[in-house]
Amino acid sequence: MAKVKESPWVLHYDGSSCNGCDIEVLASLTPVYDAERFGVVNTGDPLQADILLITGGINTQNLSVVKQLYDQMPRPKVVVAVGTCACTGGIFKECYNILGGADKAVPVDIYVPGCAARPQSIIDGIVQAVELFQKRSDEHDAAVAAAKSGTQAK
Amino acid sequence: MGKRSVVPFGPQHPVLPEPVHLDLVIEDEKIVEAVPSIGFVHRGLESLIAKKDYNEMVYVAERTCGICSFMHGMAYVESIESIMNVEVPDRAKFLRTIWAEMSRIHSHLLWLGLLADAFGYESLFYQCWRIRENVLDLIELSTGGRVIFSVNKVGGVIKDMDSDMLAHFLRELDKIEEEIREIQKTFLLDYSVETRLKGVGYLSKQQAHDLGCVGPFGRASGLPSDTRTRGYEAYPQIDFEPIVSEIGDSYARCECRILELYQSIDIIRQAIAKIPDGELSVQVKGNPDGEVFTRVEQPRGEAIYYVKGEGKANLNRLRIRTPTFANLPGLCETLKGADYADVPILILTIDPCISCTER
Ligand code: SF4
Repeated sequence: MAKVKESPWVLHYDGSSCNGCDIEVLASLTPVYDAERFGVVNTGDPLQADILLITGGINTQNLSVVKQLYDQMPRPKVVVAVGTCACTGGIFKECYNILGGADKAVPVDIYVPGCAARPQSIIDGIVQAVELFQKRSDEHDAAVAAAKSGTQAK
Repeated sequence: MGKRSVVPFGPQHPVLPEPVHLDLVIEDEKIVEAVPSIGFVHRGLESLIAKKDYNEMVYVAERTCGICSFMHGMAYVESIESIMNVEVPDRAKFLRTIWAEMSRIHSHLLWLGLLADAFGYESLFYQCWRIRENVLDLIELSTGGRVIFSVNKVGGVIKDMDSDMLAHFLRELDKIEEEIREIQKTFLLDYSVETRLKGVGYLSKQQAHDLGCVGPFGRASGLPSDTRTRGYEAYPQIDFEPIVSEIGDSYARCECRILELYQSIDIIRQAIAKIPDGELSVQVKGNPDGEVFTRVEQPRGEAIYYVKGEGKANLNRLRIRTPTFANLPGLCETLKGADYADVPILILTIDPCISCTER
């Protein structure tokens, strides 16, 4: 079974966050917090990403962008909502342009609360996402293997 | 004339931490025109005044932008205070000045890091962010928060710094200054960096003036606009000169911001030396009735708050004009005629903050 756990690639997209959570996501990738020790690499390319980090809520304009990014990512994939805004809409929930948290656009697996979410909890979220990602890719591999042996048996 | 084509840039793009979309019209490798379209981060937070009262709005104003969060909160409470004729205690004014300058230092370091990343110096990027963490540690120590620290309220501030903490600030600032001097060498003297920045994205003083550029972007083109000289908070009691350069290219913008780091450290030192004892806040009663324009100097330039109240707990109108919005026309001007490969650096030189532009 592939050991994807060692090197998950993360794609970060800023929904309609206030920036606070974005810079904390970046800060958790830089030396002091250093998420790279878990093998996490930040990528700008959805086609190579395993984990999608979303900060900020979903509004009418970025709804399609987030959906598109999610669809472009190869399966299996994991989505992490970072910050109260991405979890529920947060302080901006009542704004006319905010539809709600990231789960309004894509299925979210892990919710990291906090306004702004602290680097420690973001890293915790990423680590949990990696576990889940390993589990899903094992399942995925098993399903592919089963399908293969099924066709061979025929 | 070569063939023209349109290249979309963003909203999701590796060099952009935040979503903005540009349609770049290019001819061969040269940009002929850049058309921005914004709105990906629009929340509509100004409309929250209908649902939250003017005290609760402090927290919303702080979340206009996560980088200059403190200064947004400060501009907002200042507006309310001037409508209600509240005299803020001197100590609160000095504390606000210190925190505002700390925010400027962390914002400029963040920007320097992103710039280093844009021209491919990854370890320099990490160095900048490492130094920035020391600044954030000081902020966290004094306020309890790292990026959004909510210490403002209408009538003053809610946290104090004792003399030990101020002494600690001075000691740490010395170290931070030392480290900035180290990275400054690479930014300003390295040959490869010079080739990426010198002469790139020139904007003349006249253009900067006509297009209404603000902040370090305008100052690097020779516009001596620094709203801090207006004298709000404790700035009248502090001695400083706006940092202006006449050169007007990307290198000048980088240099201006580095010099402003030292300036901010100096302002904090002066503020710590002069800070008076006293109360942190005054009681505020009643509701704001009247309207006011407030201007404050944020790391990216001048932000304008327009606040109107009608004697009710909920404000009647809140309008925020942010520095990036003022600098977008200037950005489109510098993009004209630039090489396609320089686009990321040029976008970065205005230090774009999209989330506050779109609110
Ligand atoms: S959770 Fe807070 S810090 Fe994060 S994007 Fe929302 S308002 Fe900003």
